[in-house]
Amino acid sequence: MANPIARPLNKRVLLMGTCLCDAFYDDTAKATVEVLEHLGIAVDFPDNQTCCGQPAFNSGDWVASRKVARHTASVFAGDLPVIVPSGSCAAMNFHGNLLQFEENPDPAIDSLAKRTWEIMDFIYNGLGVKTWQGKFKKPTRIAFHRSCHSRGTGSGEATLKLLESIGNVVVTPFGQDEQCCGFGGTFSVTFPHISGRMGSLKLDHILETHPDILVSGDMSCLMHLSGLAVTQGRPIEHLHAIQILRNSLA
Amino acid sequence: MIGTQLIDQYARDISDEKQASVIDGSSKGTEKRYSSLHKDYPNPDALRKLAAAIKDHTLHHLEHYLDKAEKSLTSRGVHVHYASTDEDARQTILSILRSHDVTQLTKSKSMAAEEIHLNPFLIENGVECLESDLGEFIIQLDGDEPSHIVKPIIHLNRRDVAKTFLREGISEKYNDDPETITRQARVHLRAKYMQAQAGITGANFVCADTGRLALITNEGNSRFGMAPVPVHIALVGIEKVIPEEKDLAVFLNLLGRSATGQQLTVYTEFINGPRSENQPEGPEHMHVVFMDNGRTDVLASNCAEILRCIRCGACQNVCPVYRQASGHAYRSTYGGPVGAVLSPILFGSRFPELADLPKASSLCGACNEVCPVDIPIPDLLLRLRDKAKRESVPSAGSIPMSPFATLATSPSLWRTAMTMSKAMNHLPIQVAPIKPLQEWLGQRTLPESHGGDFRKWFKTHKS
Repeated sequence: MANPIARPLNKRVLLMGTCLCDAFYDDTAKATVEVLEHLGIAVDFPDNQTCCGQPAFNSGDWVASRKVARHTASVFAGDLPVIVPSGSCAAMNFHGNLLQFEENPDPAIDSLAKRTWEIMDFIYNGLGVKTWQGKFKKPTRIAFHRSCHSRGTGSGEATLKLLESIGNVVVTPFGQDEQCCGFGGTFSVTFPHISGRMGSLKLDHILETHPDILVSGDMSCLMHLSGLAVTQGRPIEHLHAIQILRNSLA
Repeated sequence: MIGTQLIDQYARDISDEKQASVIDGSSKGTEKRYSSLHKDYPNPDALRKLAAAIKDHTLHHLEHYLDKAEKSLTSRGVHVHYASTDEDARQTILSILRSHDVTQLTKSKSMAAEEIHLNPFLIENGVECLESDLGEFIIQLDGDEPSHIVKPIIHLNRRDVAKTFLREGISEKYNDDPETITRQARVHLRAKYMQAQAGITGANFVCADTGRLALITNEGNSRFGMAPVPVHIALVGIEKVIPEEKDLAVFLNLLGRSATGQQLTVYTEFINGPRSENQPEGPEHMHVVFMDNGRTDVLASNCAEILRCIRCGACQNVCPVYRQASGHAYRSTYGGPVGAVLSPILFGSRFPELADLPKASSLCGACNEVCPVDIPIPDLLLRLRDKAKRESVPSAGSIPMSPFATLATSPSLWRTAMTMSKAMNHLPIQVAPIKPLQEWLGQRTLPESHGGDFRKWFKTHKS
């Protein structure tokens, strides 16, 4: 997949908080606001937003997911950039939606696709912030899991470069990093065994490098990996990359 | 049907030994495949996209290029046949064999032949048919099915093969040294090669402009099989035609690298037609059987991109689901990501039975990333999930999504649900009588709900 090449830039943006941040990871959404404001960007959070519709889309229920997508497109109508702290939900906006509307294109859906940025991609490629002026007090080893939905987009490189530029941060590479964490939303429910095995393998590779923090651009991957890690008695601190940027400013 | 997906079940039940073989065989070459492509090409993506464009162009003008290929082949003295179904293909091949009084033949590896179960059919009809690719030969001895496009016995280890050879009398005593195994197979196969009266092959590419066939192998078995026989039959899917010979420069460079990390496979054969004045060696008679067998249906579907496939197996190697479950879990000739798309639509009548295959993916996209012809496999899997839902195929095992859609389009209901979800922190949800939830929570600890907290913070923050 590829994200749109030219997307609008503005000193004011709309935040798409994602349902996972809404339900579990409020600090990730908060960090997104704080980092954007630190960069001089004003953030609006349309209160009627819910979910991007991906669970229904991936399940093949496109009647249901189109309904949710239309709702989302109307909530984020206008011409402001839409910023998402999730590669997966961002990809739903600029890729998945185009797929499910390809037979009956919808201008509102197209407009949302053209204005959607994953947050790290926005900072690095949109605002042109190539190094992050932040620092950790102590040397910190970070394992960076590239979430699958950022394949083929600018997000992976953007995140890696920004993380690496933070003072006292070392990004530690681990084995088979192209492999998925096994979440896949409803996939983890309908294929519980394979999903669990995939996640455990990923954890083996990550933990082998003894990172201080596991970082990703998608809380869904982190929810899955940390959920497995806790049950397996090997918990690991995990944060969204935007939280790392924010924390390094303190 | 939640939680009872066949492929998940298969991965659960597979023996540790078989799974270890598959994981080892599929993951081991990843680095080599990646670096062989990136070392020689500064922008391999551009090459993949070019290959995709050539394939798409050909598929959009398939009739034209098939006509052209037929004319080129005929002018070289090749007999061209068309088979619209698997049964047509089998009967066509049998009648060619009968017309040349063939009772014994060797066959090099061909996925098209696997697809139509050619071996058992020929044997039933009194033709002795021996697989000459080492992996396929072992499959034949075991009465097994290949589980990988390039490495048919990826699911076996050398101990399995040594046992088979001992059982079949190919070795006199158990020896699992790979070199010894290969030598034993060679001795056995050589004698059979010399007795054969025909050779059957597939073709990786058919060049429409010249009628030249390109065949690639690592064992040289196809070339060796052609040497002593008077008749060559190539069974070829209609999508294997490419416009011009020069296109081979793109495809051959991608195929070896994507399949095995080789710049080129050990043998690249170009077959110009039967023996003639200009070509004093090789079989006197040559037949090409172009097989449709569902391909025009695929071409007319919204998953036509899958016909770009050049059968390198890269998507299988990189797929985490394939690695856990093995190719046999896909219950058809083609396993892994390519099979999850191709099998349900190529064998159209089997769609209801195979509609679960497109579900067996986290949609991670690793398959697309390594695909030498840039097939958007995750998109195609999604289109097939949509198709299964629209056609109400029960085996696809859908989770009901309309309650979710109702919630996600009712903002005030949604906000209330988010706040209420905090109650879950105090409820023993892991004992809720919902099997998939139990299974999920059996392996994973859910984070604490902070439902609605961000919204609350944002309001204060803004004021």
